[in-house]
Amino acid sequence: MDLHIAGQPPERDERAAVDSVLGPLQLGKAESYHLQQERPARSQRHLLLPVLHAINSRIGWISPGALNYACRRLNLPPAEAFGVADFYGLFSMTPRPRVLIHVCDDIACLTGGAPAICEHLAGRLGPAGAAKPSDKLTWLRSPCLGLCDRAPAALVSAAGRKSWECALAPTSADALLAAAEQPERRPESPAVAASLSVPQQGQQGLHLLRRVGRLQPESLEDHLAEGGYEALRRAVDLGPERVIREVIDSRLVGRGGAAFPAGRKWEAVYRARSSQPTRYLVCNADESEPGTFKDRVIMEEDPFLLIESMTIAGLATGCEQGFLYIRGEYPLAFERLSHAVRQARKQGFLGKRILNLDLSFDIEIRRGAGAYICGEETALFNSIEGYRGEPRNKPPFPTEVGLFGRPTLVNNVETLVNVPGIVLWGGRSFAGIGTPRSTGTKLFCLSGHVARPGVYEVPFGASLAGLLDLAGGVAGNGRLQGVLVGGAAGTFLSPRELDTPMTFEGTRAIGAALGSAVVMPFDDSVDLSKILLRIAAFFRDESCGQCVPCRVGTVRQEEALSRLFGGHAEGVGQAPLQLAEIGQVMSDASICGLGHTASSAIQSALARWAEFSDLRQGSDPED
Amino acid sequence: MEKKKPVTQDSFPFIASAPSPTVPVPPGPIPAPPPAAPRNEVALTIDGKTARVPEGSTLLEACKTQGIDTPTLCYLENLNPVNVCRVCVVELEGARTLVPACSRRVENGMVVRTDNERVRLSRRMVLEFLASSVDVSTAPELQSYLERYGGQPERYGPAAPAAGEPEAGPAGVHAAPDGLTAATVAQPVKIDNDLYVRDYGKCILCYKCVQACGEEAQNTFAIAVAGRGFDSRISTEFSVPLPDSACVYCGNCIGVCPTGALMFKSEYDMREAGNWKESEQQRTDTICPYCGVGCTLTLHVQDNQIVKATSPLDQEVTRGHLCIKGRFGWQFIRGKDKKKSS
Repeated sequence: MDLHIAGQPPERDERAAVDSVLGPLQLGKAESYHLQQERPARSQRHLLLPVLHAINSRIGWISPGALNYACRRLNLPPAEAFGVADFYGLFSMTPRPRVLIHVCDDIACLTGGAPAICEHLAGRLGPAGAAKPSDKLTWLRSPCLGLCDRAPAALVSAAGRKSWECALAPTSADALLAAAEQPERRPESPAVAASLSVPQQGQQGLHLLRRVGRLQPESLEDHLAEGGYEALRRAVDLGPERVIREVIDSRLVGRGGAAFPAGRKWEAVYRARSSQPTRYLVCNADESEPGTFKDRVIMEEDPFLLIESMTIAGLATGCEQGFLYIRGEYPLAFERLSHAVRQARKQGFLGKRILNLDLSFDIEIRRGAGAYICGEETALFNSIEGYRGEPRNKPPFPTEVGLFGRPTLVNNVETLVNVPGIVLWGGRSFAGIGTPRSTGTKLFCLSGHVARPGVYEVPFGASLAGLLDLAGGVAGNGRLQGVLVGGAAGTFLSPRELDTPMTFEGTRAIGAALGSAVVMPFDDSVDLSKILLRIAAFFRDESCGQCVPCRVGTVRQEEALSRLFGGHAEGVGQAPLQLAEIGQVMSDASICGLGHTASSAIQSALARWAEFSDLRQGSDPED
Repeated sequence: MEKKKPVTQDSFPFIASAPSPTVPVPPGPIPAPPPAAPRNEVALTIDGKTARVPEGSTLLEACKTQGIDTPTLCYLENLNPVNVCRVCVVELEGARTLVPACSRRVENGMVVRTDNERVRLSRRMVLEFLASSVDVSTAPELQSYLERYGGQPERYGPAAPAAGEPEAGPAGVHAAPDGLTAATVAQPVKIDNDLYVRDYGKCILCYKCVQACGEEAQNTFAIAVAGRGFDSRISTEFSVPLPDSACVYCGNCIGVCPTGALMFKSEYDMREAGNWKESEQQRTDTICPYCGVGCTLTLHVQDNQIVKATSPLDQEVTRGHLCIKGRFGWQFIRGKDKKKSS
């Protein structure tokens, strides 16, 4: 391929940003840049996303000079690199101020104070994203930042040589402006006690959250003192086949939303070893489902647990390289995990000779850049490989053809952190917890109108009412209108359905899905039409745009909803039928799960609309 | 220090073993390649009838053997299926969702339905979605499918006012709908060179031009899909005009475009002037006069003038793809001073 790269040579900062990832360019004998690469340039495309991150945090946007230089270094056509960069919400292809305030206005924050912040910022700084590049700062609206337990939330970032990012929650317009006023200094994160996100902290009977608050997340010593790496030693003693047997016996199913039996994936990847020696492990930490923050809490509070779990999974299935793909909006979790990986490597728990045995496994952390779709496993592969985060058609499934075309084991964070327990106690005792078809304990994300929002761990089997009680009952005005279960891709349930068991089979029985275990109640003062419009807008924004049913369907869905709620005479009568048909084509004909579920919450709410309206009208009007 | 060896003929043994300039031609007929091993057959049921097709066939090919005309838009026989338009979906027993016929491989015992209510609804909706958001006036195939499935694109409301040039802002931002109109991809036509016109208001994002520009034909990579969701679009880097991009004007993107979004400048001008009469055009196959490859050209002739050049998709040499000379290099025939230009 002959590269055609036009434009000016890179400025010093632009070059430095790219070199910070790729190493300095060594100008030597050959004139062509890409002849200098140690490895064939084509194999380095997977570094595109890290390079784009480096450019964005140094320059503040993806400038042509920097992108062209990156293309030269990576031997990539600029049009392709542009298409990839332009895919991600955190990057801008046009100049913008160096300091950004991303205010979450997604469903939890919408009822948790975000509108007031947005209004205030709009008053001070003008409409979202409207600032001139020469301005000092600008603000943008953001989809869910995964801080729903501490709504309202925002992410502040400052680009430059000493760039920083900081999530602030709960926050206020004044706090945000104060942080943004001093771009040279990262704001002190207000000390957030782990107990704020984990109200059960320190209680008996916890398994996944047992150590939260008891250890310093940065400390490998604490991890070891609290039983860390015992499970890895046990797993090494047992050997791969026994470990996989235990995972199968545990009947652990994936916690990311699709509820696929984990053991079957492990076995398939292990079995592929004869034909495909190179296989990969991917930890899906792109937790972006609105209302979901369980994986963030694990990663922030107990990072070594995840690293150990990945190591067990990698050694058991014979993957020597693991990738941890974490969403770009989790700066603290990224920091702590990066630290944990470095520490583990240093102490011989990762790398070439794990535990001084002939065992090799290492982890590379990759950051997403603002794309919900990259939580879809095949979109995630494309994102790591340096392509647009567009899902692939299945079959073939990742266990056959996954990352870099190799058999790949993909597991969600919560799924993986169940593994040490399974290894230590045995799969059968794990299967004894919960219900026969939903084994183990489950993390639930409670936010919205509950008294004590946060992540709760319960053995499978608790009812929806039980979970709400655990979190202190319905807050707001205390009168429940409905509960969103499973996130934006989930289902609205009415107060009538509170005795639904929150298990995979229990939710399935009523046509709902556990999804990412979001439980978000709304009191009867909430105008649910606004929530539905926000969900519709979310899917329109987050559709990758590859297939027609989802690309156009999410647009038509939002339009039909606003026609319905706007009460426009023309077309209101048609809107429900249109919405039903749009929902059907999206769930039947889209490529991936985003399209399949993009109408789920809206359809479920409309099916219960009469009930919700009665409840709203029964309440006193606010204002 | 090692002594330097003198350079002799022996330093280059390959020179001695190189074939002599006159290669003898073996006598007899040109040997034929050994016959391909017969492919195993797969039996499946399509709309109640048993079909037997070679292993590795797609459902689309299997449907064809049954005389079923499956609509396709993003599919083209000379490109790898990307299965993004989803108009070819069929129902496969046991699958939770519909499956794309163009890329799904046949398996023994599959039970497929191609024309039930569920399939028809999805196809109709996909066609309505496209026709309500894209200008399909130069996409006769899409229009005929729309009619076949009874699509009513106007039911989504009148087209929203064109938003102008799509901007490369951050992905995932859009203005709230007004509750009256239907968003479209309408935008100004891009005319930045003398050979072809890009009218992305007619683009259904079938990805074929990107494939043809990239590794499936030209390996130039001048264009790619940029943006996300409904704002996705075909773009050069930073939307630079084509003359500033890597484009080599092979025109293979025009060759694969199913909607007329990419069009010869000559055709575009004639259409604008109302002189384009496709029904009166003759097509004549010839061989490209330029190099020794010998690509088949199909000349489209109207009023005794060549108005465009294509190549047949099933042509062994070209597979429908040409280079700038074959695609555009016929204008000299119309030159005023033929002697001078030939």
